[in-house]
Amino acid sequence: MQILPIFAALRRHKLVMWLLILEIALTCAIVCNSMFLIAQNLQRMHMPSGIAEHELVQIQMAYIGTRPDSGARTQADLAALRQIPGVTQVALVDKLPFGSGNNSNIKLKPDQPQPSMNAGLYFGENLLPTFGVKLIAGRSFAPEEFVTLDQALQGINDNSPNDLPHVAIVTQAMAQRLWPVQNALGKTFYIGKDIPLRVVGVLARLTRPNTLQAGPAFSFVVPISENLSDGGGSYVVRSKPQDRARVLRDAVAKLKAIDPNRVVLAHRTYDEARAAFFQADQSMAGTLVGVCVVLLVVTALGIGGLASFWVAQRRKQIGIRRAIGATRGDILRYFQTENFLIVSFGIAIGMLLAFVLNAVLMKFYELPHLPLYYLPIGALALWGLGQLAVLGPALRAAAVPPVVATRSV
Amino acid sequence: MFGYYLDLALRSLRRNKVLSALMMLAIALGIGASITMLTVLHNLSGNPLPQRSGVLFHPQVDPRPANLPGASKEPPDGLTYLDAVNLYQLGIAPRRAVMSANWLPTRLDAPDSPLAMRTDRATTADFFAMFDVPFVYGSAWSAQDDANHAQVVVLSKALNQKLFGGADSVGKTLVIATKTFRVVGVIGDWNPQPHFYDVDDVNDGGAFADAEQMYLPFFTWLNLPQDYGYGPMRCWGNDPNAGGHDPKAKQCTWAQFWVELDTAAQVDSYRSALKQYSEQQHQLGRFQRAPNVRLRGLLDWLDYKHVVPVTVRMQTWIAFGVLLICMINTVGLMVAKFLRKSGEIGVRRALGASGRAVFLQCLVEAGVVGVAGGLLGLPLAWIGLWMVRQQPVSFAASAHLDLSMLGAALLLALLATLGAGVWPAWRASRVAPALQVKSL
Repeated sequence: MQILPIFAALRRHKLVMWLLILEIALTCAIVCNSMFLIAQNLQRMHMPSGIAEHELVQIQMAYIGTRPDSGARTQADLAALRQIPGVTQVALVDKLPFGSGNNSNIKLKPDQPQPSMNAGLYFGENLLPTFGVKLIAGRSFAPEEFVTLDQALQGINDNSPNDLPHVAIVTQAMAQRLWPVQNALGKTFYIGKDIPLRVVGVLARLTRPNTLQAGPAFSFVVPISENLSDGGGSYVVRSKPQDRARVLRDAVAKLKAIDPNRVVLAHRTYDEARAAFFQADQSMAGTLVGVCVVLLVVTALGIGGLASFWVAQRRKQIGIRRAIGATRGDILRYFQTENFLIVSFGIAIGMLLAFVLNAVLMKFYELPHLPLYYLPIGALALWGLGQLAVLGPALRAAAVPPVVATRSV
Repeated sequence: MFGYYLDLALRSLRRNKVLSALMMLAIALGIGASITMLTVLHNLSGNPLPQRSGVLFHPQVDPRPANLPGASKEPPDGLTYLDAVNLYQLGIAPRRAVMSANWLPTRLDAPDSPLAMRTDRATTADFFAMFDVPFVYGSAWSAQDDANHAQVVVLSKALNQKLFGGADSVGKTLVIATKTFRVVGVIGDWNPQPHFYDVDDVNDGGAFADAEQMYLPFFTWLNLPQDYGYGPMRCWGNDPNAGGHDPKAKQCTWAQFWVELDTAAQVDSYRSALKQYSEQQHQLGRFQRAPNVRLRGLLDWLDYKHVVPVTVRMQTWIAFGVLLICMINTVGLMVAKFLRKSGEIGVRRALGASGRAVFLQCLVEAGVVGVAGGLLGLPLAWIGLWMVRQQPVSFAASAHLDLSMLGAALLLALLATLGAGVWPAWRASRVAPALQVKSL
């Protein structure tokens, strides 16, 4: 296949060729960046939480007001939930990964002006076994280490260290961030008004409730127990995945039976809670997929349209080539090669544009760099698209009979 | 002449149906995608209350301590309890409303009626008149009710439907947070978007939250026996009460405050009153900072709060990228199409048509493609918006095609194709007649 005649022919259609190249370049730039954004969203949506996601259901309770018996009510609820067949663990927690919740600034020294890091704060009795998080070093909390939330708040108000928790369990990621080379066990860090917490255990992974951009795996657990008067807490019930639907139904019924006047704000499996948290990411990904499809279709239409125009315009020349010995395959390959050259040129410019667009997006939307491997993927996609779009017109060109050459228009 | 050009254009388009269809389809896809995103953006950045936005203002004062690490220059969005009460009593503005939101356990005033959490807005009497809230039954409560901490409630149409089957419920009673409230009014459909009066609404959805289910007098609400939150509180310093949910804490801002100011003179005098108030508080030692006040109009306020989600802005840019690509595509196809008619154009030129006439003829043809593409793009935009509405994000429900966007779609399609057609048409008009006629 000789390429030079193709260039010679293209030189006579500079204008249309450049428009085609520009179109392919812009498509390449936008599709590469959109694919990158989609991949980013998917990555976020599939972030591990570190908990036994498929075994948990969440029942969020309304604030019941300050009542003297709220601790006892909580214990009664927990005991009732534990009796549901199939339930293995139960806890009242104030937050779960991928929801709403608090974050704390962490300091390594009491009067450090700037915090060392920021991490998600979890508490609730029996939280670790219910969540099913893996302890990879140290120990779990001892029962006597727990204080109630009321007690802890009072402790902060009165500055009385005895009412405050003294220990914490941190995630591996947080331990490595605070003490990169040393063993975290036994070390102390400070939160809030310089409250010291000694690390007694390290977790494999526990994703923070939110503010994922500040490091998703940074979180810690403190021995504070919740009760219904603390507001917004959720009962988390663990069972086998196949039992979840029944357990959820029974649990809500049981809670209503204990106190018909209470208000359940939300009840769902953890999978549903997680999906709700990532809804915005999902819809963004959906929109971008739609945009990519539209772009690729339009570009294919453009390539196909111009190719069929060129075929019609060169009908006579094709006939002459056929008459002097070119095979159908030669004609087919001529148009395919021409398309390949134009698309390649478009891709080359498109890659530069893709990086420019990425730089702009990085500036305004806090995105990371476009990884290099998107470029060959984008190039392959466009080459494929170009060949597909040109196939019809090229086959029509190949079908031009040699006798055309002998006819005058 | 236009009729003749139109006839020529239609003939020309019929001659090469595939190419014409491709051009129209490409334009339609571009228009469909960009109009979909433009409509979403238009709805999100629209004026929530066009008839009132000119006279509504959002005062802010700065009660923060003098040295607060990392503090922005802008005063906090909300007011502390004390400032809210003081500004409420300032009495310079013709109308003013202080407000916040939460949700409260509510049931009918009957022994076996089930309890449910209902979203509510606590506000003062002027709220309804200031924001043009229509009433179906009854009316707003009075300033006297505010002063007396009256236990009265105004229901939304939807809640009235749910609780009372849509009947006139004025005079009926509800038990809200264990207290008995009398219904004084039911409002009609009212849900300005963006939710300008409380852009950080505590009840899901932020700036595109739905309006609350019921309205209570602010001071009555504040004295309810239990704490169900007071909207998002922003506190500073290490004050231990910060975690204690005390709405009257002096270092926590949470209340929204709006005033109506009808004339420029009123705006000026209100602004100086705010400064004067800050000065006075500064002298009293309550405010540590020099007067730092803001009095933004409704639209400025929405602008300042960046209520349009970042993803929507990004998607709009991408949609314009799509339209640009569609236009380039159309330019290419039109150049091809017009050049192919070189022979015909040569004949017309040889018979006496001027370059200008040929240019106009080609533009008319481009315009026909544009209008057809635009008409074809409308159902695509409609499908696109339908898909946006299926998304479970807070702003999705407002994505509807209205008449102005419909017109904009057609105009955009026409302008885009005319823009794309200018250059190909100009090239076509430069065809040398002699060369073309010779080759025939």
